[in-house]
Amino acid sequence: MLRKLLFLSVMMLAAVRPALAADLADPKAEFKAFRDYFTSRFPKVPLDDFVNGPYSMDEGLRKQWQEIEEFPPYEFAVDKGKEMFAKPFANGKTYADCFPNGGIGIRQNYPYFDTKSGQVITLELALNQCREQNGEKPFSYTKDDMAALTAYMAFTSRGKRFDIKIPDDPRALAAYRKGEEYFYTRRGQLNFSCASCHVQSAGNHIRTEVLAPALGIMAAMPIYRSEWSGMGTTSRRFTSCNSQVRATPLPPQDELYRDVEYFLTYMGNGLPVSGPGARP
Amino acid sequence: MRLPISLMSIASVAVLAMTAMAAPADDFKAAYAKAEAASKQSAALKTQWTTTVATLKAAKAAADAGKFDEAVTLAKEAEVLAEASIAQGRDEQGAWKDRVIR
Repeated sequence: MLRKLLFLSVMMLAAVRPALAADLADPKAEFKAFRDYFTSRFPKVPLDDFVNGPYSMDEGLRKQWQEIEEFPPYEFAVDKGKEMFAKPFANGKTYADCFPNGGIGIRQNYPYFDTKSGQVITLELALNQCREQNGEKPFSYTKDDMAALTAYMAFTSRGKRFDIKIPDDPRALAAYRKGEEYFYTRRGQLNFSCASCHVQSAGNHIRTEVLAPALGIMAAMPIYRSEWSGMGTTSRRFTSCNSQVRATPLPPQDELYRDVEYFLTYMGNGLPVSGPGARP
Repeated sequence: MRLPISLMSIASVAVLAMTAMAAPADDFKAAYAKAEAASKQSAALKTQWTTTVATLKAAKAAADAGKFDEAVTLAKEAEVLAEASIAQGRDEQGAWKDRVIR
């Protein structure tokens, strides 16, 4: 009898374990679990405040930031981006011709899954596609010109709530899963995943920095970082995160990086655009 | 014809010295080739570490400066780093699912 019970217990465990470890919920359920995790862990932080990253976690930093925001360091980038956005290409067309609503107030819909090309299109990629379609050379994904353009476009979208969709297309779900896998996979000599810092250690200090929560982490992009003494794009943020854990970064706008952005921005659905942001 | 003994000695010493010089260089080439292959494999798997690349570069610099013992040590270190990063990638396959917020 005892043997039978033991055998049954082992069989039941064997049946249950893979379900716990391997089976993933659908994106909607994961979105809810992701949000619940952060709101339960930080019950005093209002939901919309998560888009302010480390400032939502630390009162001292928040005060510094509020003073910084009186003369925002990203303002020059917004002005430059506005000029660049309006300036016609050699063929007379402008960026506005490439985007819905003339490119104004649309940041909250990026990245999106393009069912025609079967890939995730980020705002940075869309801007360079626009340039190339109009006979212009693409910008570096990590330098100031791209940061200025995306800063202006984010600024025109401030307060609008992220609305990232996963269309009924297996390739879109696959892109979401690849992004999710990248986010949770440990890499680099320091053996860190994105989640190591921005889920497990969110709100903790790493040296003098406060780690931002993953919830809403894309909302402030692009950002002015005091550490960089300049603006940084999402591409720059991803590559520098990899370098910091001693992992060789992927090329900017690599398909995997775009998938991570897709996954993370989807997790922040419903939160307001706060970019461009300022960070320590 | 018989070479004078002193000339033979000098020639022997010269050959020995050249062999002694060539051996560490060959050791380095072999160690570097192994490390470089492992590093390329880790890059292809997208698991490469920045320290592998930096250590390989340091090994090459040491060899260029004629410091072959140091170069061999660094090349072997780079190979270990590359292999560790490949093992990390292998271990992480599927393991990430256990960390997903549910």
